[in-house]
Amino acid sequence: MEYLWGGIKGAAVLIIRLDAEVFRTVLLSLRISLTATLIASLIGIPVGFLISTHEFPFKRTIITVFNTLMSLPTVVVGLFLYSLLSKQGPFGPLGLLFTPTAMVIGQFILATPIVVALTISAIQAMDPRAKITAMTLGAGPLRTALTVLSEARFALTAAVIAGFGRVIAEVGAAMMVGGNIKGYTRTMTTAIALETAKGEFAFGLALGCILLFVAFAVNILFHYFQLKRG
Amino acid sequence: MKVKTMGKVFLVLLCFLLFSTPVLSAETRLKLSTTTSTENSGLLYELLPPFEKEFNVKVDVISVGTGKALKLGENGDADVVLVHARNLEDKFVADGYGVNRRDVMHNDFVIIGPGTDPAGIGKAKTAAEALKRIAKQKASFVSRGDQSGTHNKELSLWNKAKVKPSGSWYIESGRGMGEVLIMAHEKGGYTLTDRGTYLAFQKEGKINLPILFEGDPTLFNPYGIIAVNPERHTHVQYTLAMALIGWVTSQGGQKIIAEYGKGKYGAPLFYPDAIKSPK
Repeated sequence: MEYLWGGIKGAAVLIIRLDAEVFRTVLLSLRISLTATLIASLIGIPVGFLISTHEFPFKRTIITVFNTLMSLPTVVVGLFLYSLLSKQGPFGPLGLLFTPTAMVIGQFILATPIVVALTISAIQAMDPRAKITAMTLGAGPLRTALTVLSEARFALTAAVIAGFGRVIAEVGAAMMVGGNIKGYTRTMTTAIALETAKGEFAFGLALGCILLFVAFAVNILFHYFQLKRG
Repeated sequence: MKVKTMGKVFLVLLCFLLFSTPVLSAETRLKLSTTTSTENSGLLYELLPPFEKEFNVKVDVISVGTGKALKLGENGDADVVLVHARNLEDKFVADGYGVNRRDVMHNDFVIIGPGTDPAGIGKAKTAAEALKRIAKQKASFVSRGDQSGTHNKELSLWNKAKVKPSGSWYIESGRGMGEVLIMAHEKGGYTLTDRGTYLAFQKEGKINLPILFEGDPTLFNPYGIIAVNPERHTHVQYTLAMALIGWVTSQGGQKIIAEYGKGKYGAPLFYPDAIKSPK
């Protein structure tokens, strides 16, 4: 209880003082997670749309695979990516290990299945008449797709939010391929893990409060996005 | 209209975030893989900035257990390693992964536990005997269990005591030193710890466990710094790695090590070894 109170108080102090170190960490977390979510959405939504609107062999199996990938353990993604990006691995010469770019790749792998799977269920849950109506009104394939996606935007934004929620909160992959380097790859979650290791529970909780607060702010922005053209 | 404006704000914010700090920077970066004790104690925050300034380089500190720190060097994912497990370090050099090992500093390990000392290790003559008493009593003992330098030392002591620790009293945590100290504190158990991390936690009131055994020469805890062999991994920043080795073993570097923690904890956390009394 004492820790909890100390954490909330500590968070308030850090925010009021605009602590430079904390500010930089928050910014890095946001930059990495938003970039990863953006790329995951740009790829995931079209893929999800194509899967849900076309009939092809093994469709059910592929959907099941995406649903399963939603529960990928973050540390496994970290380990897998480490083995690829290590100097011993196939992509070693790129020198990406322990950089923010590596963290974006890891979070992209984590967010994409969520966006794809939720896009599929969003479109499947839609009234199929939207597509038919658009087509009978003379819309081409692209125009039809945009109409359908626009109709489903509420559920699609939810898919993007779910993807963002997953990656802003994850610590396993960020720690493995980022290395928790101060001022370079230290995000909110890896900083909290470090403070816990140092026994600075109150400070760790303070960072946790700030992370929640930031996620709240981002979600409000997403919400406005959801209403846009509504 | 208002909603539309918010959408624009959102997009501007997104662009700002994506491009405010370039992902690929041209700065030179040196990767130092090291143990949690050197970073958690705060020493590196004092020791590295003068070097970074002098050589116009950023040192990326990747703090993990000694076992993993050496593994990163073996794979060529670090340029230089600062660790504490002499037998593993020698193997690292003998296997051709590292070159130019230098002694940097030392502190020592201590065995801490509940003030009542149920296993009576205060009466032990050697560290191995202390562990033997704990095993006999089946008193809780929290082990790092993570292939770190401290874990490595602990295993060699069990070996010396001719005890294979197992059973519910022996807790293999797989965590860092700080977390293990807190586990030992919460469970009222014994553990082996380096004096530096222990002092930092005890003085700041994070734990309250006295030192019950200390002073055995086998508890000596030396730290070494090793450059990753450029013949093995041609891409490593060998010249800079050697410059860092030069700095931490110089008068200036050794002086920072000797002074660190004196003010805050009343005793230094590490003792310099490259230069015994730096000026």
